[in-house]
Amino acid sequence: MSARFRSAAEDAPWARALLALAAVTIGILILALPLAAVFTEALRRGWGVLRAALAEEDTMAAIRLTLVVAAIAVPINTIGGLAACWAIAKHDFPGRRLLVVLVELPFSVSPVISGLVFVLIFGAQGWLGPWLQARDVQIIFALPGLVLATIFVTFPFVARTVLPLMQEQGREEEEAAATLGASGWQIFRRVTLPNIRWALLSGVLLCNARAMGEFGAVSVVSGHVRGMTNTMPLHVEILYNEYQFAGAFAVAALLALLGLVTLAAKTVLERRGRRA
Amino acid sequence: MRVRAIPGFGLSIGVALTWVSLIVLVPLLALAVKPWELGVAGVIRSLSEDRVLASLALSFGTAALAGLASLPIGLLLAYAIVRLRFLGRRILDGMVDLPFALPTAVAGIALTALFAPNGWLGAPLQAWFGWKVAFTPAGIVVALVFVALPFIVRTVEPVLRDLGRDAEEAAATLGATRPQALARVVLPALAPALVSGFGLGFARAVGEYGSVIFIAGNMPMVSEIAPLLIVIRLEQFDYAGAAAVGLAMLLLAFAVLLGLSLVQRGLRRGRA
Repeated sequence: MSARFRSAAEDAPWARALLALAAVTIGILILALPLAAVFTEALRRGWGVLRAALAEEDTMAAIRLTLVVAAIAVPINTIGGLAACWAIAKHDFPGRRLLVVLVELPFSVSPVISGLVFVLIFGAQGWLGPWLQARDVQIIFALPGLVLATIFVTFPFVARTVLPLMQEQGREEEEAAATLGASGWQIFRRVTLPNIRWALLSGVLLCNARAMGEFGAVSVVSGHVRGMTNTMPLHVEILYNEYQFAGAFAVAALLALLGLVTLAAKTVLERRGRRA
Repeated sequence: MRVRAIPGFGLSIGVALTWVSLIVLVPLLALAVKPWELGVAGVIRSLSEDRVLASLALSFGTAALAGLASLPIGLLLAYAIVRLRFLGRRILDGMVDLPFALPTAVAGIALTALFAPNGWLGAPLQAWFGWKVAFTPAGIVVALVFVALPFIVRTVEPVLRDLGRDAEEAAATLGATRPQALARVVLPALAPALVSGFGLGFARAVGEYGSVIFIAGNMPMVSEIAPLLIVIRLEQFDYAGAAAVGLAMLLLAFAVLLGLSLVQRGLRRGRA
């Protein structure tokens, strides 16, 4: 290989070094620094202050509410997502592509609009508002509204992670099981589910991270009542706007930690999935 | 050969359709219908308020700027991750997904802390260049770059990996220099992916709320994004007006994405 040829087919060593340096610098500036800022601010006043901030009653209430919302929203989207994937990947029916588009649609909707749509239906001046008020049922500014908005924004995660894998795996195994007389449920549980388990777990984790971290959509339907309808991300905002930076960054650090753990788990699961 | 249809279709499609209809279709239908309570003239009046036009221009303008700024940055990161070997490459690869995983409110207060006049980056930028980033439209662009960047990296990366080096080597044997090989061979092959990465990043950035409102300053007519205006109208119980802004945002965003997909088709055809 001539030197001239190599110089056109590959980057020169100095260019490689420069590009790597630029990439690392940008990675640090754009990606690592914000994360470092959160943890620095949270720990600035020491562990004691951090722990006290997290142990505060309203903060604990926000953590509990976030866990409850995720515990309802994630299973619903897991079941719905799996059903949609199984129908799309293992069966033929007209409108399959339309269903895929609909399942992915919430990703292209602004979080604020995701909350807005439920206010339009269930809010005081919404379609069902007067009817609900007459029966003393509160959906907006209460737990059901928070859950609905969260389900909307986390809607595509499980389906999106699992569907490509299910389609790639084809239908032979399921068809063989059907020939042997297995029922639909048996086929799903014994054949399909084991094949997709790592992708499913990864999708559930991503769905959960977004459910616990969602801000815009729940902000619209929450009403921001401390200790009542305030999830963790909303509590960050309230504390921050009251200049209670110790508390705001303490809760933010907890959420950042959730994000980091999810990211690490996703990386591990993807490697597992590739090996399997 | 299809031996036998797989059973279980009825139940799975039933669950899936219920789920899609109740959570996505009906609510979006409400968004499509609600604004017209104002009548056609009312919707036009509601949308042509100066404050609405300013916020839409700001949201779409900053999202487009952020998408454009993310293109070279995302390209560089994807190139480094796929083609280069250096210390910390795998960490960088994992970190690229951080904006996906970090809750937006956390990103918002973190970026505000960084770029505030006394922040790690805000202080030097102000001292050296006299730039104010936090609480100005520039801050919005910074937040949206953070949000849009992973979309571009993750769209370009697989294409660059599949591209291999054959084409560059062929260009080299034909006497191309390195810059020529990159500009004429690598970049055109990545162009469709860059366009679709831009589209994904832009779509996400246009509607972004959590990471923006902390750093934006939220001054009406100057740094008030469209999603914030929806929230403000809801607080005033102007449901139809809020829905009008929301519907306008969605339709405008879809129009942009449609335009981008036409551009992309043109790029692909140009190469074929």
